[in-house]
Amino acid sequence: MGEIWEGLVAGFWLVITLDADLVAITLRSLHVTLTAVMIASAIGLPFGAWLAIQRFRHRRATIALLNALMGLPPVVVGLIVYLLLSRSGPFGVFGLLFTPTAMIIAQVIIITPLIASIAHQAIRDVWAEYHDLLLSLSTSKWQRIKTLLWDGRRALMTASLAGFGRAIGEVGAIMIVGGNIDNATRVLTTAIALETGKGDFALALGLGFILIGLAVTVNLVIHTIGQTEREGKW
Amino acid sequence: MIRAFAFIFGLLASTVAADDLKLAVTTSFHNSGLSDILLPAIQADTGINVQLLVVGTGQAMRLGQAGDVDAILVHARAAEEAFVAGGFGTHRREIMYNDFVVVGPVSDPAGIAGADTAQQAFTRIAAAQALFVSRGDNSGTHQKEIALWEAAKRAPDGNWYRSVGAGMGAALNTAAGMNAYILADRASWLNFGNKAGLGMLYSGDPALFNQYAYIPVNPDLHDHVRADLAERLEVWLTSERAKQLIDGYRINDEQLFTFNAAAAD
Repeated sequence: MGEIWEGLVAGFWLVITLDADLVAITLRSLHVTLTAVMIASAIGLPFGAWLAIQRFRHRRATIALLNALMGLPPVVVGLIVYLLLSRSGPFGVFGLLFTPTAMIIAQVIIITPLIASIAHQAIRDVWAEYHDLLLSLSTSKWQRIKTLLWDGRRALMTASLAGFGRAIGEVGAIMIVGGNIDNATRVLTTAIALETGKGDFALALGLGFILIGLAVTVNLVIHTIGQTEREGKW
Repeated sequence: MIRAFAFIFGLLASTVAADDLKLAVTTSFHNSGLSDILLPAIQADTGINVQLLVVGTGQAMRLGQAGDVDAILVHARAAEEAFVAGGFGTHRREIMYNDFVVVGPVSDPAGIAGADTAQQAFTRIAAAQALFVSRGDNSGTHQKEIALWEAAKRAPDGNWYRSVGAGMGAALNTAAGMNAYILADRASWLNFGNKAGLGMLYSGDPALFNQYAYIPVNPDLHDHVRADLAERLEVWLTSERAKQLIDGYRINDEQLFTFNAAAAD
């Protein structure tokens, strides 16, 4: 119990004193994860919508596969991205290993199936409602996807936020492809792993509380901007 | 969409900086805290921004082999010589040494505190079947531990031998949790914050000395390797200034590392 309290105190002081390292690490966490969420949403949301309205031969199998990929083990994704980006791997010439870009790539792979799958579920409900209307207006497929994405935007926000939640707390993949380099690729989760390794549990826990606080703040901000709680507005 | 692509390319472009050198080092070097002293001095004296990748010696060698780092600083002589002989590194330069210590529960159930040699201490642990935590990650510390078991002619197997496959700090945490014996380097042990019921029980045998060596990755195999920076770093690491910083680094009044680089020929 004593160590949890010490952790709270350590976290509190880090925030109060605006520790320069902490600010840099926190901003890097946000940069990596928000970029990954944006890219994954740009791919996953339209793909989920397309999957909801399009009928094709192996649709069921595709959806089942997509759902299964939600559980992709981050360590395996990290290892594969590592081998691809390594200087001796196929994309080695770009020199991306141990950079924030490599971390973003790994996170995009981890969260795109999650975002696409939740988006698919959400859009399917909207599509059931809009089906007759959109068909009677003889809209094109892309117009339908756009309409569904726009009118389902609040449910889709949940999809993106779920992706954010998975990415911000992830440590296995980004440790492998980022390397936890001080001032270059160290983020909150890898810093926590490092401090735990040093046996400095109070600092590790303090960073942990900051990470949780960050996740809550980002969610609150996005919900406020999105005005999800406003009455009478869909 | 175009904006998104521009953003991605912006990210890609921003990743290459002028004087960054990637150096794979062992966890024991970093956990000791010495890197926190050396890196700012290196930056100030040479302008090189050393990016540390803290991994086990085994993985450090893999990184060097693949050309993912510019140089490595490790401590496992046989593996280092094989690395250089395989053409992956240009040469091996000894920099400094520290030593390993045997850490265990202060009650010392195996009675190793009075042992004459490290070999005898290990024999006693095996005879008592006292809990022992092994790094199990093919690191320099792990390789030293295996060599000690071989010297003691004891096969480390059975329920008392726990291989955790983790770095020095994580393995020490495990040992603290299980109240087990463990082989650690002195620096990591002194710097470790969660000692719980553990204490340093045996040290001082020359068999426990731990030589660190610096190996630049062979630029003939990888064009992008910053051989120029690796050479400047080697000159600095073997300089009088490095000697003062390394010999002068103390925790609780104990000197942790001893500089022993030979002068340049």
